[in-house]
This record gives sequence, structure tokens and C-alpha cells, in this order.
Amino acid sequence: MNIGVFVCHCGSNIAGTVDTEAVAKAALGYPEVVFATDTMYACSEPGQAGIIEAVKEYDLDGVVVASCTPRMHEATFRRTLERAGLNKYMFEMANIREHVSWIGKDKEANTNKAAELVQIAVEKLRRDEALSGGEFEINKRVMVVGGGVAGIQAALDCADGGLEVVLVEREPSIGGKMSKLDKTFPTVDCSSCILGPRMVDISQHPNITLYTLSEVESVEGFVGNFEVNVRRKAAYVDWELCTGCGECTSKCPSKKTPDRFNEFVGQTTAINIPFPQAIPKKASINPESCIMLTKGKCGNCAKVCPTGAIRFEQTDEFVTEQVGAIIAATGYDLFDFTKYGEYGGGRFPDVITSMQYERLLSASGPTEGHIKRPSDGKEPKDIVFIQCVGSRDKSIGRPYCSGFCCMYTAKQTILTKDHLPDSQSYVFYMDIRAPGKMYDEFTRRAMEEYGARYIRGRVSAIQPKGGRYLIKGVDTLMGEQVEIEADLVVLAVGAEAAKGASELAEKLRISYDNYGFFMEGHPKLKPVETNTAGIYLAGSCQGPKDIPSSVAQGGAAAGKVLSLFSKDKLASDPQVSAVTLQRCIGCGKCETVCPFGAIEMTEFRGMPKASVIETVCQGCGNCTAACPQGAIQLRHFTDNQILAEVQALCPY
Amino acid sequence: MSPRYAYYPGCSGLGTSLEYDTSTRAMCAAFGIDLVDITDWNCCGSTPAHAVDHLLSAGLVARNLAIAEDMAERMELDGIITPCPSCLKNLKTTQHRMAEPKFHEEVEQVLGRKLRADLPIKAVLQVLAEDVGPGRIAEMADAPLKGLRVVPYYGCIMVRPPDVMQFDDVENPMSLDNVLTALGAEVLPFALKTDCCGASLATTRREVVTRLSGRILDAAAAAGADAIAAACPLCQMNLDMRQAQINRANRSSHRMPVFYYTQLAGLATRQSEERIGLDKLCVSPRDLLGSLAARAGEGRS
Repeated sequence: MNIGVFVCHCGSNIAGTVDTEAVAKAALGYPEVVFATDTMYACSEPGQAGIIEAVKEYDLDGVVVASCTPRMHEATFRRTLERAGLNKYMFEMANIREHVSWIGKDKEANTNKAAELVQIAVEKLRRDEALSGGEFEINKRVMVVGGGVAGIQAALDCADGGLEVVLVEREPSIGGKMSKLDKTFPTVDCSSCILGPRMVDISQHPNITLYTLSEVESVEGFVGNFEVNVRRKAAYVDWELCTGCGECTSKCPSKKTPDRFNEFVGQTTAINIPFPQAIPKKASINPESCIMLTKGKCGNCAKVCPTGAIRFEQTDEFVTEQVGAIIAATGYDLFDFTKYGEYGGGRFPDVITSMQYERLLSASGPTEGHIKRPSDGKEPKDIVFIQCVGSRDKSIGRPYCSGFCCMYTAKQTILTKDHLPDSQSYVFYMDIRAPGKMYDEFTRRAMEEYGARYIRGRVSAIQPKGGRYLIKGVDTLMGEQVEIEADLVVLAVGAEAAKGASELAEKLRISYDNYGFFMEGHPKLKPVETNTAGIYLAGSCQGPKDIPSSVAQGGAAAGKVLSLFSKDKLASDPQVSAVTLQRCIGCGKCETVCPFGAIEMTEFRGMPKASVIETVCQGCGNCTAACPQGAIQLRHFTDNQILAEVQALCPY
Repeated sequence: MSPRYAYYPGCSGLGTSLEYDTSTRAMCAAFGIDLVDITDWNCCGSTPAHAVDHLLSAGLVARNLAIAEDMAERMELDGIITPCPSCLKNLKTTQHRMAEPKFHEEVEQVLGRKLRADLPIKAVLQVLAEDVGPGRIAEMADAPLKGLRVVPYYGCIMVRPPDVMQFDDVENPMSLDNVLTALGAEVLPFALKTDCCGASLATTRREVVTRLSGRILDAAAAAGADAIAAACPLCQMNLDMRQAQINRANRSSHRMPVFYYTQLAGLATRQSEERIGLDKLCVSPRDLLGSLAARAGEGRS
């Protein structure tokens, strides 16, 4: 075999702390290496041309590139090899950037380590075989998990692109956080007026199947061929029959049911339709508050329902959907401010969250749009807003900025002035972060036209004082302590990962960060992709985002799916397991350890044997580790290859 | 075996807060906490020392730590305790700073000897709340403080800074609340329980104290309290001795007895008048205690 080695400088990224020329020189001493050189940027046009030229000139059979992580450029160089007329699997990459130059400063040690990594790659390449993959059919349906504004946009764009869409939402209605908002910044347009039509489009689109009050139970399969089991939670109402007339809710005697949609400001009935614009507009019963379901009597709703839709005996149902791609758009949840003792830890009734305030502002909220204090129903006069509650605070494990709180606080001060012209708003802030189009102008408007008093500093304590609250804080611009008496305190609570996000990530086999936000494929270049083929992200499940960004991501994720589905078949990866029949004793261990169900037991001349379903195998290698006979081998990562790599590193 | 601690009374315990010291000793005896005085202890430096020089402050504290360590060689000790939050803060801050080897070395140098600085350091209140616990306190309070409506006042540094003090919730501590409840008092929620009273600014900027301490008295009265239970000599002095000054400055008319919580423990466990030292209080609690007896009497008939 003739091997060529190319050691990349990556500008000064590698060459700064690795003697690339020395590495190339060392490579010439490794077995079967007939050509080695260093190159400025191996991935650049001239860099790739150099590789192709060398393949021709030195009659190379395989190539090693010592450069960066294979994550980004393995695909690039494999294409280079194809253009040079070689099989693309006759290629190995030694990562001398992330694993060497970026993490060590000692040039001599770095150079030695880089040379060793190249040697490992050479030894593996000597045992590589030309591989070719087949093609497999794909199912051109897409599932969108989460019916907030990002999921709605993704679902509509996919459906308009001609795809069949299954939209799964955990709450009884789609709409997400946006449907709870009164108005949106920076235009102060009515949130439900702009979201409502989109929600209706979802319900009326012929290509969209909507499952609300549903959750993803399990996900099997792989890109193009996922099988998703969806739990449809019992609504205790037959939604085929329910017309959403609301007769049941007016007759329900259990009137003290916690109102989730209204953020627990106010109460609702056990059977309820969460809000007037709900999609689908169907009633569902909260089983914990329903008198019939808890005590076995009542049944008022069943008596008055004109279509006889009430089903107390209903249980959760499961449906299985076959899809080719999944878009996760599961959004975020609000930080639980009771962690902050200085804000009363939840003990003061008139210290509320921004989302609760949003419900007080909303005409469809519990106070019909009148701002009233939860404690006594009185109109507040002085209102203090505290920003960064659960954002930018390492002490409670939330070091990140939630991004949109500065803006919604400014909006809420404007709305407050509109509702209560005699009121005075105060805003305690750390920094104003308003980098969007018309955003900074908007915060200026809150201050200059609507008279919100902005105080740069944190609040140290909120204390009840004669039916009002004393807010103690610091004004860091004036360098003095400030105390404000207020009737209502609104905490701009930050965003955190949605409850259950990490569990869903594990079902989808995608990664998530320390805070539970889903990891994108690349922080800049693959913002809506994940590292699992066929799974995409949209909206705040990837990190806090405002409405415009969430909508943009919804559209972007849909674009990715449409592009994936523009082909009728996908190329299968040949780096999968294969069974050597003579060695297989049919013990079935590989079948047990395979997380993808890619191994089935077959018979060969009366003997049980393992067999790999190549399109299902993901190349994880579990089976090869479990096989007692070494009979099942992962192509391109065989035992012999791995041992050769180890041997290269530890020759003695 | 009952817990035994090296006891650091603090300077004010020999002067302005004599009754805090005697009632603390009486309370510890009643609840089975053995106290062994740190022999020949010196002032911890209080606020002036650490305001000028950390090493000076640490040196003063370290001498006391060293004596306690020598005592611990000779007898079984569970740690060092003090009733005074300011002393406590200096003791614990020194120990915290000495975890840094360079500073540790410097302190040993000025002290002229080696020390480990590793004995546990706690407030008497912490030992009472954690080692004895509300259950046993309630059992042993044979004259419970029935009918006494009281607000607990921890002072600003009993639990602060949290990473140094490592005791109770920093924003809403409950240990004193629970102790007072166990003693039979009706404990009212008190949002200002860790607010600053103005502390030693009383001597240089009295208006700060009349404002801040006045606010604490106002809030206690608004909450419907008969009395305040304090845990800090300086706070108690500001609220009690300066109550007339505060009233004058704020045009208020408080007559709010400000007990040390240890005095209330003494009342609830029938300690001698002499050890409780109620006569040392400037705002006399006599009428209040008289009316409590009357209230209790009504209850009985």
C-alpha cells in the first residue's frame, strides 16, 4: 500500500505550537508511507488540489490528514479522495489541533504527540478496506414535538412544502408561551391576534395531524425511518364529539382548580378549555380536581354536555407514527424564583412572576385585563420590576443571560402605563440588553415616553410594610442605596430548560448542555441540526430565544427537513457491523446489547447465527465488544485495526 | 454525653451585655451544654481591628483559637462557641481566611506559635438549635412563655456571609424562631429579622441608628409583637438602651422590651432572677410579664 500523509498548519492554529515539518518528516519513517508533506490549509482549495496531485503522482492507495477534528472536515477530505479516484474510506484523520496544539504549549512535546497520532492513523489506514454503502428508502413524514410558535412555524412550513406533519403538544392546546402573552415587543401588537391565525392554520391544514395533550413515549429507528410512540393522555372527553361549546365548564362545581394556563393566578374549573382561542378548542378534565374522578360522584358535565362527549372511563392511549425526521421544539420553562430568599421565597402574594403579570394584563386573563393585586384585588400604583431573576447569577446555577427579559420588562412598563395612567413603574436592571431591530429604541421609549424609572442595581430585600412592600436596593450609577415602596413587585424570571427536556433528549438520542438545553450540531454552522441524523431543533429548546428568533428557527428546521426529503433515497453508511458466519456461535449476546434492534437471529444450515440489518445499524460497536468470539466486527473499526493503533502507541 | 464547648464570652459579655452572658451560662446549664471558659482570652478586635488590618484582626482571634486548641489537648471539646455574633464572625472569618496557607503562615508568624485553626466554631444559638433541638427545649421548658407575642431578631451578621457562617438560611433564618416557639412563645413572622440596626454607627452617626433601629421597632410593633428577642449585644443595646433616643428622633412612642432570647429561655426554665438579669434591661419588661401572668391566669380560670 502507498500512503500519503498531509500535516496541516491550520494557519498558526497548529503550526504555532507544533513543528508540522518535523511531523511530516517523521511520518516518512512509518511503514508504507511513500509521501509526506506539511500544508498551510489542507481543507482549502489548493490544499485539496495538493492531495489529489499527490495521489496521482505517487500512486497513493490511502491518505492521512493530520489536522483538526473529523467532526467538521472528515466529510470534506473523503470527497477529496473520491475526486482523486480513491475509495473515500481509504482515509484517516489525526486530530492534532483539538487534541494537541490547542491544549498544550510545549512545542517539542506537541510535535512528538502529533507524530504519534499520525502513526496511529497510518497503522489504522494500513488495515482499512474500500467500503461502499447502499441506499435505503425514506419515509417523507415529519414529526414536530412542541406546539409553541417555533413548532407551529416548523409544522406549517413543512406542511406547505408538501410533507405530512404530525404535531405533538403536551398541553391541551397549542400556542405555547406566546399564547399566554398579552402583547409582544417591540411593536406592542396583540400576541394572540398574530399567533391565533397560525394556530387555526395548523388545525385546518390538510397535511397536519395534531395530537395535543400528548407526549413522546419512545423513539425507535433512524433517519428516514423513525418509529415514534406517542402517549395521548386521557382528556376524559371524546374530542370527536366535543364542540367546545363550554356548557360543561359553566356547570362544573369544582371551581377551585389550579389554572395552569393562567400561571396559577386565579382558578378555573376541573373541566375546562384553557383559553378562548385554544386549538383544538376542546374541553378536558383535570383528574386531580374532578369530583367524579376523585370521589366518584357529580357528573354534572356529563349531564349538560349536548353531544354526550364526557368519558370518565377514558384512559391514556398510544399511537405509533412512522416518520423520517423529527423537529424538537419543546421550548423553555420559567425559573422558579422561590430560590431567592431575598425576594420573599414565594411568601409574599404580591410578588409575582412576569408571566403571571402578563396574564393580569391580558383581556382573556383571570382579571379580564385589569391589573389587580393578587392579595386584595386592588389596583397597584407603584410597581417595581426586578430584572435578571434567575439569569446571570452563578450563585443559583444560572450564569447565562435569558436574552428576552430586558425587552419584555420594557414592554410591561409601557402596558402598565397604558392600563394605569397614574401608576409609576420602577425597573431594577443589571444591563439593558436590547440588540435586536428596534429593540433599544423600544427600551428608550419605555423610559422617555412612558416614564419608567430605570435603576441600575440589584435588590437586596423585599419586605412587607403596612400592606405594601419596601424594596431595598442599590443604585450603582448614583452609588447609593435606594428604597422604594410599592404595591406590586414583578420579577423578570429567566428561562430554563423545559421540564422533561433531558428525558426527551435521551429518547431522541441527542445531547443537551449543563442546563438541559439541546445541543445544536455546530454553534455557528449547524444551529438547527443535531449530531443525530434526522433530528432537528427549533426555538428555545436550544437556548432562550425571543419570538422572531424562534420563528426563524422553526422555518430553518423545516428547510432542513425539506432538503433532506428532496432525495427519494439516502445513502447508507457502510461503517456498520458485519458477522463472520464461521465464527458466530449464535449465542445472541449481540442482539441483547444492540440499542437499535439492528441484529436479528437467523438460521444457517440448521445453526443459529446473528445477522445485521445494515440500514438500522448505527455503528456504535456495542456488539463487537460483547461478542465472545470476535465474530461480529464493526467495519472500518475492526478489532485488528484498534489493536494495531494501540500497538503503534505502546510497542513494548 | 452532653456536648462540651470552649466558651468565648466576648468583651461586651463582661460589660454592656452582662445579662446576656449570665443568662447564656444559665441556659446552657439548663439544657446540658457544658461550657469551659477559654482561659485568659482577649478581645477579638471587634469591628475596628478588621476594618484596619486583616492580619491584626486574625492575630487577635488566633490567640484565642490557640488557647482553645491547647485546652482541647487536655479535654474533650466539641468546638468553640460564643453568644456574640460579632465575635463569632471574627472567629469564623479568621478560620476561613486561614484555610489559605500563605495567610495561615503569616498569622502563625505574628502569633509566634503554630496552630491548626480547625476546631468547629459556632454560635450558642446554633448549638441550641442543632445539638439540643426544639423537641428537647419544649420538653424542658416547664414554664412556657404562654401568650408572649415575640418577633425574633437575629441581627445582620448571625448568618452572614453565608459561605463563612454556614448556619441557617441566609435570607430567612428560622433557628431562633423555632427555639422561641419551643419555649412556648407565639412567634410572629418578621421580615426584618436580619436587617441591620445601625450597629456601632450609634457613636459616630446616631441618625443612622435611630432610622434603622427605629424601623425594626416600627415593624415589630406593626406585626403586633409584645417584645423583641435579640441574639446580639450591640443590636440589643441599640434597640433597648437607645429606644428613648429613637422615639425622640422618630417621634414614636415605643415601649418595646428587647430581651436576649437567652433571658426568655431562662424565664421558661425557671432560672433565678439574678442569672436572667431582667433588671439590666432599659425598657422594663415588668408590666409585660405581669400582664402575661394575668393573661395566663384568665386562661386558667
